[in-house]
Amino acid sequence: MGEKIVLFSEDGKRSDGRGLDELRPIRIKVGVLSNAQGSAYIEQGKNKILAAVYGPKEALPKHISLPDRCILRCRYHMAPFSTTERKSPAPSRREIELSMVLRNALEPLVMTSLFPRTVIDIFIEVLQADGGTRCAGLTAAVLALADAGIPLRGLAAACAVGKADGKIVVDLNDLEDKYGEADMPVAYNPTLDGITLLQMDGIMSKEEVEQALSLAITATQKMHKMQVDALRERFSVQRREV
Amino acid sequence: MSITEQRPIISKLEQQELRRLLAENRRIDGRSPLQYRNISVQLGYVEKAEGSALVELGNTKVLAAVKIGIAVPFADTPNEGILIVNAELVPLASPTFEPGPPSEESISLSRYVDRSIRESKSIDLSSLCIVPGRSVYSLYVDLYILDYDGNLIDASVIASVNALGITNMPRYVVEGQAIKKTDEYFKLELKDHPVSLTYAFLDDKYVVDPCLSEEYASDFTVSMTVKSDDRFCAIQKNGGGMISPRRVIELLDRSVELGKELRTVAYRQLTSGNG
Repeated sequence: MGEKIVLFSEDGKRSDGRGLDELRPIRIKVGVLSNAQGSAYIEQGKNKILAAVYGPKEALPKHISLPDRCILRCRYHMAPFSTTERKSPAPSRREIELSMVLRNALEPLVMTSLFPRTVIDIFIEVLQADGGTRCAGLTAAVLALADAGIPLRGLAAACAVGKADGKIVVDLNDLEDKYGEADMPVAYNPTLDGITLLQMDGIMSKEEVEQALSLAITATQKMHKMQVDALRERFSVQRREV
Repeated sequence: MSITEQRPIISKLEQQELRRLLAENRRIDGRSPLQYRNISVQLGYVEKAEGSALVELGNTKVLAAVKIGIAVPFADTPNEGILIVNAELVPLASPTFEPGPPSEESISLSRYVDRSIRESKSIDLSSLCIVPGRSVYSLYVDLYILDYDGNLIDASVIASVNALGITNMPRYVVEGQAIKKTDEYFKLELKDHPVSLTYAFLDDKYVVDPCLSEEYASDFTVSMTVKSDDRFCAIQKNGGGMISPRRVIELLDRSVELGKELRTVAYRQLTSGNG
């Protein structure tokens, strides 16, 4: 510690040169794995994340199944080499919590009652972490579900907003995540006007939370367009091959 | 892997009744939608712990106990004490609690309580350093859920803050290379009194401080922790379902309002100087 971490340069730009409401460069590709029913890859800043979906398939052991809908199993996992210090591959408490939070965020999007007694497995693997991995992971996981042909109520994209050096910023990078005052991941479905993931830690006033929330909605709407484009790219290629 | 939870079956009749009542702004236990249950706080329940509190929120019972020790600080915070929150969903509290390694529910509960205390800066961890880089105080807050009738989050935050509020820290002295515990104690300074407010959503209606059947019947819950200065230090949506941004903003207003009231009741004994 000791030295002051600089989050903003003198001309008001962020440490990576972005404006306050600017997203990092995002690259999305759908259908990147050969065995999974659905898969997607996302790069957001230095984040590199893979998501894969297997299923719907028979839920085994049988006692985990539900008679009226399918269940979701979700694993969020960070590779040991994804962070500066090596991370143990065993699931940490943070990863266990995030797996649950992500499952809760995906579940309302899936038309689960169409597949009773089955299970859908969702794997999110963080290959390189750069802040906002749960959000980028969710954005990719939604596309993997769509790629698997699973009927969805709509897409959702996620983005972290927060407060760094007193300013409300969009899409926090690693530095802002660690040294900023607050971090608020939000997943939003623009067609149903629904937030499916909402967390916050750090300190923000009511007005700041409101402002951050509205920035998150604008940002996720932009990301929603990128998701649609990525799906279009994936399936228009297939059409040409036929 | 996180698996879709199997909630205990609550009868269709009860579900319908909950929703029917709520349409008339009433609840199954006679409360109004924004009414909190009665809270009782018993400070210093466990004498062997440096601080403890037994909190009853309706029929929900949570015992929080603080144990103090010394530890090597984390490499990235060599001048700060260590705060660890752990929650045990004790099997005797509910048929859904099972013995074994911590469930995701207990991990998520303890992480939320941890954030509520840490982010509100209720404890000044930098004041808990003994020898920089070598030796700092460790504060273990252990939450014991003894009876489960919904809303563990709010009850756990109240129990933890109360327990920390009466915590007596043993004084350690440095003697050459060794660190020795003395017979002296000093009071841990509590800098804030955060409260968490949990709302359960049933269709388009919501209630604060859900009891167990409301929690089971709900689509999801949202918890918000408010500091004494009305700022927020933790928010979490739990469970599936979607919430509109407009509703989130409405909850922020509600939490500021209800938080003031709850804070007075929940920390009455701490602030009246009995602590």
